[in-house]
Amino acid sequence: MKFLGLVWSNLKRKKLRTALTVLSILVAFLLFGFLCAIKEAFTAGVTLAGVDRLVVRHKVSLIQSLPASYEQRIAGMPGIAAVAGQSWFGGIYQDPKNFFASIPVDPEKFLDMFPEYSLPAEQKQAWLKTRNGAIVGKTTLDRFKWKIGDHVPLTSPIWGEPQGQSHWDFEIVGSFTGMKKGTDTTSLIFRYDYFDEAKTRNKGEIGWFTVRIQNPDQAAEIARKIDEEFANSPYETKAEPEGAFAAGFAQQIGDIGKIVIAVLSAVFFTILLVAGNTMAQAVRERTEEIGVLKAMGFTNELVLVLVLLESCVLAAVGGFAGLGLAWLATLGGSPAPAMLPIFYIPTRSLITGAGIVLALGVIAGALPAFTAMRLRIAEALRRNA
Amino acid sequence: MTNSNPSLVKIQGVSKAFRRGSEEIHVLDRLDLEVQQGEFLALMGPSGSGKSTLLNLIGGLDRAGTGSVEIGGERIDQLSDRALAAWRARHVGFVFQFYNLMAVLSAERNVELPLLLTHLSKKERMQHVEVALKVVGLAHRTHHFPRQLSGGEQQRVGIARAIVTDPTLLLCDEPTGDLDRKSGDEILGLLQTLNREQGKTIVMVTHDPHASARASRIVYLDKGQLSTQPPA
Ligand SMILES: Nc1ncnc2c1ncn2[C@@H]1O[C@H](COP(=O)(O)OP(=O)(O)O)[C@@H](O)[C@H]1O
Ligand SMILES: [Mg+2]
Repeated sequence: MKFLGLVWSNLKRKKLRTALTVLSILVAFLLFGFLCAIKEAFTAGVTLAGVDRLVVRHKVSLIQSLPASYEQRIAGMPGIAAVAGQSWFGGIYQDPKNFFASIPVDPEKFLDMFPEYSLPAEQKQAWLKTRNGAIVGKTTLDRFKWKIGDHVPLTSPIWGEPQGQSHWDFEIVGSFTGMKKGTDTTSLIFRYDYFDEAKTRNKGEIGWFTVRIQNPDQAAEIARKIDEEFANSPYETKAEPEGAFAAGFAQQIGDIGKIVIAVLSAVFFTILLVAGNTMAQAVRERTEEIGVLKAMGFTNELVLVLVLLESCVLAAVGGFAGLGLAWLATLGGSPAPAMLPIFYIPTRSLITGAGIVLALGVIAGALPAFTAMRLRIAEALRRNA
Repeated sequence: MTNSNPSLVKIQGVSKAFRRGSEEIHVLDRLDLEVQQGEFLALMGPSGSGKSTLLNLIGGLDRAGTGSVEIGGERIDQLSDRALAAWRARHVGFVFQFYNLMAVLSAERNVELPLLLTHLSKKERMQHVEVALKVVGLAHRTHHFPRQLSGGEQQRVGIARAIVTDPTLLLCDEPTGDLDRKSGDEILGLLQTLNREQGKTIVMVTHDPHASARASRIVYLDKGQLSTQPPA
């Protein structure tokens, strides 16, 4: 496009003004990128949830546990493919700030239930052989620079320590990665048999069950049947799709999505004013030049396009730099792995961002471009005389 | 007038009025003008008499209230805005009093501007630019920016820009109005050469008798009408 050189030269006319405008657009899109990553961090669990999985927990709250015997009873119900129990251990490594989830499970059933966790076969064998063995997500392994074979001491304010010991001792026998982008790889997973034997209370209880159903279409019906099965018992249950379970978590933190959109709307509105003002000034101080271009034979439409192009280049330079920086920054992983284990900008957010860049360019340039288009040559040139 | 050349410019019964507040100012009043192919016409008259307004009508920069404007046999007053823009690109070159170069572009890129509207390749455009700058005697200043050039040099760039598309008609609005006598003379000499050697038809607005002396014919504009005699 031969006119691009002209557009570019015009942007260089007021270097400081252009730089400041580009910078504010850059910051806005950097913020956009980060907020998208944060939003994703809160909602990834919901979107990644298996449609064929239910979570069964205590009706009153997640803190209360269920009898381990429920596993057999649920597995025996029609339409159920598999059941795997998990509990909340709440382990602390050295300092509560070092938080990561720690969960006792039955290794075989757990790995079978969650194929999104990928663990090398020989590490799985080692886990099955090591009673106090634990597998650790790659993120947490890297975070504390642990290695396979290390012993990790954890304390648990919820469960206390095993009789006569100052801490729970776990030997790291493996490390898992996520098969899908967005899979949480921060947890420490260990054996329920070791846990149940060593804990001093609530023996024979399990936090919640994940249930795989044969036909996802029956999710609601089976959830109802499970709850009916345990109705009027001392441990009533609440069964719900895994997505709803994860969404419940997110809901507790507040509707992150809405907050993010509100913040971004305010930011982009401001940026629109900044960019629009820059373009309006650029056109105003260039009135004569636009008159001269038209005298040479540039059509009104071409002048309109040139101003819009200039505005879009302005938005694109700042916008894509901002998105790029945000993307680079999130490649390094989460700034707070304990609170936001999953932290990346989803591709669809990058595409949305690119769309906003273009929209910003067009909208900010619209009014000045229209003014430039309507400018009458004789009047534009008379300003000189 | 015993000129055998065909008229290039033929204006008949043209009126133009501007509205200032509630009153109408009649600048041109049923005015007629013919300019022959190859003429160098000086358009004189007191300040505010409507010289620029008339020049704008000839160049298709503005539209008359009534009357017809025919250039090279074409009724440009009947063209649409878009067609008129294309017509200007092909047939006229403008030279302004204050040069009106783009400050952010080098001499070479300023001269290239009108060629952006053609289908020429970058290489062809640069060849045309080189020729135009050579004609005005600025071949050694191609990469300079306007602020690095003297007034006379800037006006040469302005003339190069006006002739780079090889138009038949050159319209100059006080081209020496902002120059000292020596630079002004050089510019006038250049216009004369373009008129004589390249056959450009030139209409030049000026209020400087020294400038109009270089023209082949002088007309005076006063009270909306043209005459061959200076107003009393
Ligand atoms: N766009 C306009 N709006 C209002 N008045 C105008 C406009 N253009 C020219 N005029 C008026 O028309 C008259 C002639 O202007 P102009 O053609 O520029 O004169 P000259 O070039 O001979 O000095 C002046 O009185 C000027 O104020
Ligand atoms: Mg004038």
